[in-house]
Amino acid sequence: MIEGILVEGLIYGIMVLGVFITFRVLDFPDLTVDGSFPLGSALMVQGILLGMNSWLALLLAFIGGVIAGVITALIHNHLKVPNLLAGILTMTMLYSINIRILGNRANVPVLDQDTILSSVSSRLSGIVPDEYIMILFFLIMALVIKLLLDLFFRTDLGMTIGAMGNNEQMIISQGINPKTLKTIGLGLSNGLVAVSGAFAAQYLGFADVGLGQGIIITGLASVMIGEFLVMKSNRIGVLTLCALVGSILFQAVMYLGRYYGYVIDMTPNDLNLIKGLLIIILLILTQSRKLNIAALKAMVQK
Amino acid sequence: MIALKNASVIFNQGTVNENQALNNINLNVREGDFITIIGSNGAGKSTLFNLIAGTITPTLGSIHVNGRNVTREPEFKRAQYIGRIFQNPLLGTASNMSLEDNMMITYRKGFKWIKRSLNNKMREYFRSELLQLKMGLEHRMKENLLMFSGGQRQALTLLMMVLSKPALIMLDEHTAALDPKNAEIVLELTDKFIKEHKLTSMMITHNMSHAIEYGNRLLMMDRGEIIFDAAGEAKKELTVEKLIEKFHELRHHGFENDRALLAE
Repeated sequence: MIEGILVEGLIYGIMVLGVFITFRVLDFPDLTVDGSFPLGSALMVQGILLGMNSWLALLLAFIGGVIAGVITALIHNHLKVPNLLAGILTMTMLYSINIRILGNRANVPVLDQDTILSSVSSRLSGIVPDEYIMILFFLIMALVIKLLLDLFFRTDLGMTIGAMGNNEQMIISQGINPKTLKTIGLGLSNGLVAVSGAFAAQYLGFADVGLGQGIIITGLASVMIGEFLVMKSNRIGVLTLCALVGSILFQAVMYLGRYYGYVIDMTPNDLNLIKGLLIIILLILTQSRKLNIAALKAMVQK
Repeated sequence: MIALKNASVIFNQGTVNENQALNNINLNVREGDFITIIGSNGAGKSTLFNLIAGTITPTLGSIHVNGRNVTREPEFKRAQYIGRIFQNPLLGTASNMSLEDNMMITYRKGFKWIKRSLNNKMREYFRSELLQLKMGLEHRMKENLLMFSGGQRQALTLLMMVLSKPALIMLDEHTAALDPKNAEIVLELTDKFIKEHKLTSMMITHNMSHAIEYGNRLLMMDRGEIIFDAAGEAKKELTVEKLIEKFHELRHHGFENDRALLAE
């Protein structure tokens, strides 16, 4: 049980990092995610089925995700479409594209193929206990991606992107086109989401166009759980770590819902309701905590 | 250096809400000018700044920088050579980032690539520049700007803008949102920087005595027009009383209402 939670938490954690970039760093609520996650899985699976090297297929998935993000950014930037609508447009179009990529099928399995996961398993088998191989592999993957992101957001370009999410006028005043920064940020975010989708497909053993449904809510809830755990911090390393931990905790809640929900007569169909309620509860808790802190401060000052 | 030729701005043209914000403005900002701009609310001062900065494009007319037509150039491109400070002290800096990160972003204009330029040498440079503000900020380089006061942030914005060496600086009532003491400090710093770096500047103010005290040229605006333009000796002779008289002489409408606003 705990293995499953950790592995899924880390796989989806890569997606959560992408959602964190758009929602928290860019301040751009990007719904493309629901389309770029299955896009990543579709490209990965089809790449493998075509006999591509599995790491090359992963790169292909990443590039596909980047393009999806860039398209959302272009729609938003040049047609002056609100950011939410731009994401929905791309997401809707991706649904058809994903089915195309999967060869006009909604679900394509990769069970008996050589994937990244199967080759890692066979290589590490005997060295690491079998049940821990996947945890170890995804822990390394998620941490490497997290550290690369931390590094990126400490560079000049990364910092300008962070500043834009906070104060767009400041970036314009610096002679930088905010549209360019948004394009880079959305590309990076959706690239990560697609990589997450690619790993999910290998772990589940299939790619499915429905895989992306509600992903944005999963991502957002995970980001919020992570934020709720730690007091406010501006260190990017802490924030990305929170996103990963939040993802694992979210998967734990979902796991409990899936396996023990029958106790309160819950079915897997109720999970989306649970996700939404979880976000609402988190919002209420964050609000009341903010109020408490403000009240405390006022008391201290008196 | 910067010239506006027959520039007009009409908002909501062709509707019942049509509003002529600027009416046939001809203005030539010469290199080294420090222009102060006064006028009541709705006179078109901020619209004039928005027009020069590229936030809005003129309905009619054109804008030229050193003879080059920049009428269609977007705001972020013009920002390469124009530095602008707003009334809201939060608009110039990013609250959720540290002082040194903010300075790294703003000390030089233009797009930044994937490299880390913030090193100890640069921190030393920032620290020495921060000394000029005399606010003790040089000891707080790692702190988030959220912890700083409006006056400190506006002083920082000013310093960072000066470091990026713009050809023209535009100050849009940049001390109006500060308390009187901080307003005075920021204004003194502004004057010092402008003189030291011989910056071409334009400053909107609601305070007539400031408009007279600072700068070498004064513009008075009303209802989208520049109604009075005094430079050099003519400006030096101005007093608040003379300005009010001048306004009265040029315009006969709504004077009593404007008096409070103009004279503060």
